[in-house]
Amino acid sequence: MIEVKDLHKGFNGTEVLKGITATFLPGKTNLIIGQSGSGKTVFLKSLIGLHKPEKGTVSFDGKINTHFTDAEKQQWRQEIGMVFQGSALFDSQTVEENVMFPLKMFTKKTKEEMLERVNFVLNRVNLENSNDKLPAELSGGMQKRVAIARAIVMNPKYLFCDEPNSGLDPQTAIVIDKLIQEITDEYQITTVINTHDMNSVIEIGEKIIFLSKGKKEWEGSSEDIFSTDNEAVVDFVYSSNLLKKVREVYLKETK
Amino acid sequence: MIYIEQIGKYFMMLGRVFTKPQKPKIFYEALMKEIEDLGIKSLGIIMFISFFIGGVIALQTALNLDSPFIPDSLIGFAAKRSIILEFAPTFCSIILAGKVGSYITSSIGTMRVTEQIDALEVMGINSINFLVLPKVIAALFFYPFLIAVAMALGIFGGWLAGVLSGLFTGTDYIIGIQTDFKPFLIVYALIKTLVFSFLITTVPSYHGYFVKGGSIAVGKASTQAVVWTTILIVIANYILTQLLLT
Repeated sequence: MIEVKDLHKGFNGTEVLKGITATFLPGKTNLIIGQSGSGKTVFLKSLIGLHKPEKGTVSFDGKINTHFTDAEKQQWRQEIGMVFQGSALFDSQTVEENVMFPLKMFTKKTKEEMLERVNFVLNRVNLENSNDKLPAELSGGMQKRVAIARAIVMNPKYLFCDEPNSGLDPQTAIVIDKLIQEITDEYQITTVINTHDMNSVIEIGEKIIFLSKGKKEWEGSSEDIFSTDNEAVVDFVYSSNLLKKVREVYLKETK
Repeated sequence: MIYIEQIGKYFMMLGRVFTKPQKPKIFYEALMKEIEDLGIKSLGIIMFISFFIGGVIALQTALNLDSPFIPDSLIGFAAKRSIILEFAPTFCSIILAGKVGSYITSSIGTMRVTEQIDALEVMGINSINFLVLPKVIAALFFYPFLIAVAMALGIFGGWLAGVLSGLFTGTDYIIGIQTDFKPFLIVYALIKTLVFSFLITTVPSYHGYFVKGGSIAVGKASTQAVVWTTILIVIANYILTQLLLT
C-alpha cells in the first residue's frame, strides 16, 4: 500500500504539487488523470523518489521513503517497476538485454536462470521472438511491452506507469491497458498510472484521482466518474462528443 | 556566478563518479565496451592525422632551415620535439575532445532526455557512476597508448616525407631524433595525456548528464562540451608545462 500525505513540490519558486493526500491499494489499478501541467508527472516522480518532496510524506507499506536507510532504499528500489512515457529502453541494448538488465545488476542468478525469467516475462507481455531486436526496430506498442516486461522482471510490489498509452493507436492502447490490469491482478501489485486516455479511465480505472493545478480535485472509481457532478472532472473527462453521448446513455440507463 | 555554480556542480558530479561500482562484472563489461568505443575506434583518425602532420612538421622545418650553418639533423630534432611535446599529447587530445567529447555528451544527453537515466535511477543504480566511470577509466587506460602511437607515427611520417621529397636524408633525420633524447619528455607528454584524458571524458559527461530539454539542447550541450574541453585542455597544457618543464 502506498500512502501519500500532504505532498508539496515546487521548482524555482513555483509550487507544482499543493498538498496531495492519497492512498493506493495493492491489486488495484490506480489512475491519475488531469490536464497537461496539472502536476501528474511530478506527482508520479515524487512517489518513486526521482523528486524529493518539499513537504509531506510518501509511505510504502508504512515506511516513509525519505527515512529509508541506504540498504532499505536499495531494497525498495528493487520493489519498484516503472514504465516511462517514452519507454526509456536502453537503445544500445537488445530487447533481451534490456529486460535482463535489472536481473544482472541485482541478482545472483545464472545466465540460464536469467534467460528463463526474461523469456517468461516476454511471453507474459505477448512478445515472443523479439529477443535479439534493438528498441529502434520495434513499434511503439512493442516498445511499451518491453518496458512493461523490464518493469515486472524483478517481481515488483509497486508498478508505476507514466502515460503508457501515449502515441499508441486505440487498439494497441487497450491491449497495453488490459496487460497492465492483468499483471496487477495476477501479482497483486500496487499500480499507479498517469494517463490522459479516457478509454483507460473507463476500462481499467479501479481508483481514479483527478489532479487540477497541483491539487487533488476529485477521487472515485470508473463508475463514479459517470455520475459525478464535479464540473472540472466532467469538463475534462467528457471533452469529446462521443464520451458526452456515452455518459448520457449511462445516466439514462441507470435512472 | 553561474560559472562558479557549474564548477561546483562538476566537482560534486566527480564525487559521485568515483564510488565503488555496484556490480564489478557489469563494470568490467562496460569498461571493455568504452575502450572499444572511445579508444580503438579513435585509433584510425589519430594514426592518419599523426602520420601526415608529422610529415608536414618535418617538411616545414626543412623548408625554413636553409642556412648552411644549421645541420640537417636539426630537422629530425625539431620534429621529434614538436611531435612529442605538443603535437601528440595536445593536438591529438583536442582532436579527441571533438570526436569523443561530442559522442559522450550526445549519448549521455540523449539518455537524459529520453528518461533512460531516470530508468537507471528508479532501478537503484548510481547512474552517474555507471555511465561515467567506465569512460574515465577507459580513457586513462587507453589514451596514453593512443598518444604513444601518435608520437611514433608522427616521427615516422616526418622521416618518410624527408626521404620522399629529398629535402633531407633519412640518416640525418634519425641522428636528429637520437640527439639529446630525454626520456622525461615522454613522461611529461604522458602526464599531460592523462590529465587531458580526464578532461575529455568528464567535461562532456557533465554537459550530457545535466542537459535539460530535447534534441536541440543535446546538440547545444555537445557543442559547449567540445568548446569547454578544448579551453580546459589549453589551460591545463599551459599550467602543466609551467609546472613540469620550467
